[in-house]
Amino acid sequence: MKHKTFFWFFLPTGLAMLLFIALPIVSVVLQSLFVEHEAVLAVVENCGPFGCKQETTIDQSATEALRAASPLGQFAGLDIYFNRGHLATAEVADAWRTRSGLGSFLATINNLPFYRAMSFTLVYTFTVTPLLIMLGFAIAVGVNSLHRHLKGLVIFFSLLPMIVTPLIGSLILFWMIDSRGILGSAIQWLADDPTLSLKASTGLTWAMLIVYGVWHSAPFAFVVFYAGLQTLPKDTLESAMIDGASRWEQIRYVVIPHLMPLVTFVMLIQLMDNFRVLEPIVGFSAEAHATSLSWIILNDLGGETRLLSSAAATSVLTIIGVSILLSPVLVRTWRDFHSKAE
Amino acid sequence: MSSKATQQPTYMRVLVYAFVAFWLVIAAFPFLWTLWGSFKVELDFFSIADWTNALTGERTQEVHGSAFTGDGYEGAWVQEKFWKAVLNTFIVCFFVVTISLTFGTLGGYALSRSGHNYTFWLLMAALIARAMPQITLVSGYLLPFFEWNLWGYLPTSIIVLVAINQPFTLWMLHSFFQKIPKDLDESAKVDGCTQFQAFRHAIMPVMWPGVITTGLFSFLLAYNDFAVTTMLLSKENQTMVPKIASFLGTTQTEGNVMFAVAAVVSATIPLFILVMFFQRQIVSGLTAGAVKG
Repeated sequence: MKHKTFFWFFLPTGLAMLLFIALPIVSVVLQSLFVEHEAVLAVVENCGPFGCKQETTIDQSATEALRAASPLGQFAGLDIYFNRGHLATAEVADAWRTRSGLGSFLATINNLPFYRAMSFTLVYTFTVTPLLIMLGFAIAVGVNSLHRHLKGLVIFFSLLPMIVTPLIGSLILFWMIDSRGILGSAIQWLADDPTLSLKASTGLTWAMLIVYGVWHSAPFAFVVFYAGLQTLPKDTLESAMIDGASRWEQIRYVVIPHLMPLVTFVMLIQLMDNFRVLEPIVGFSAEAHATSLSWIILNDLGGETRLLSSAAATSVLTIIGVSILLSPVLVRTWRDFHSKAE
Repeated sequence: MSSKATQQPTYMRVLVYAFVAFWLVIAAFPFLWTLWGSFKVELDFFSIADWTNALTGERTQEVHGSAFTGDGYEGAWVQEKFWKAVLNTFIVCFFVVTISLTFGTLGGYALSRSGHNYTFWLLMAALIARAMPQITLVSGYLLPFFEWNLWGYLPTSIIVLVAINQPFTLWMLHSFFQKIPKDLDESAKVDGCTQFQAFRHAIMPVMWPGVITTGLFSFLLAYNDFAVTTMLLSKENQTMVPKIASFLGTTQTEGNVMFAVAAVVSATIPLFILVMFFQRQIVSGLTAGAVKG
């Protein structure tokens, strides 16, 4: 295909991605370097029958004019990145100086909003991903040995948790684990503690969110692995059996190596998706115990006063996080590409 | 797997069936439970006295004289104007799917037929774009959209969702077009067609299975989106998901949780139907990228 033809074919999609994915990233970086204008104050002298008073008021029109003239705000450099709401360098240094032990230092750090969100995001990403891969694999092996007629039905129901809107899925589970819902009551009965509420404890809230994450994404892993099982080389499996491999050994030495490329694929997709965890925190109203990077951005953007600069700085930090997660894959693809070219 | 050597011992079979049944309960029970409960009053759905009330609907019987009530649905659809959100959702989904498929087929076709180096880099750029959390992009849109008075309208959200959709659509259609033999459009070109005519007459008639599968995923992305529609739509133009999110704040405190439950069930039903009819396409779409490696 000629360059010119390619250009015209690719133009609409290229333009869409440039305008609404590449430019917003530039816009986010720019915004994170500026702070909103402070209100312009004016001192007015008010003279009444009891003498004159000086009053400080907000000069609305001047403030408006200033905001209209430079909507980005004042240049602040990297200040926002280091303030208390983000990397909080001063607070971290202070906590390190006055620490009484590693535990208390970590506890102090964990009270800073950015690090709190970071710790949950990382814990969520790195527990949910392996767990859902294991569960998905188990379901795939199980369904694969079912009778042909049952498979379709099982696949239909298995797809539901993944297909359903994340916010809706988390709400449905949230209502069930409510202390008056069926799962909530069941857990109270099992633990023999009528006051137990999953919503009240940080540990249980985290566990609940992780369970939701596995429930939501295991079907994806299941479907991918199930498709992989259909292409399993039967000869290898049979010869392994003739050589006396037990059922477990067949899975360990034939099935798992065959599925390994798919595991990498699922892992890559799920690491990307779990890192941006947002809806479950909203659905479970879990923000008192667990926040994620995406959630702080949403919170900054959604308030009465939209904290655009603060959200932008968190966004840039999140994008850096995503790039770090993605870098091994990119480096590998780049190497593959070059070794092919040579 | 029917040869005698691969047959499983009985205890193994029982174990496997038990595990699959267990998974089925986990996967399906929450939906059935909520569907059943959405026809009850709140005191049954959240039952302090006895959990079986949620099944038998004792309080519902006291209030309404029957174990089922459509009050939640009436409250959500009529009183809270959920129908408007449903309408908006289908407008958004329709346009997102059509526009992103148009852009995506052209782009994906070009990527699959061009042997130049830059196709690789474009696909990598699309992969990176796919990894960006939507909410970070949203925080980039807000200021310019406020400045240019674009914030709050359906078309703005549609075009944003189309763009966010593109990386995924491109990857998927690219792999579908690679499976269509190159001879098809090459021979059309030999016969004197331009590249676009070759695409129009030789490729378009055979590309529909891939396009339908990709369209399903575009639909799901638009339908399930939370970050973009919540932040970019004004209150009057809300789609279903932000509307349900707004129920959480206001109606929950007013004791109208059942409105939210009814709305949630209403929003799940189209997805149910979708999976029922397009199960095969969804499965093949999920595995298209993966099995190729």
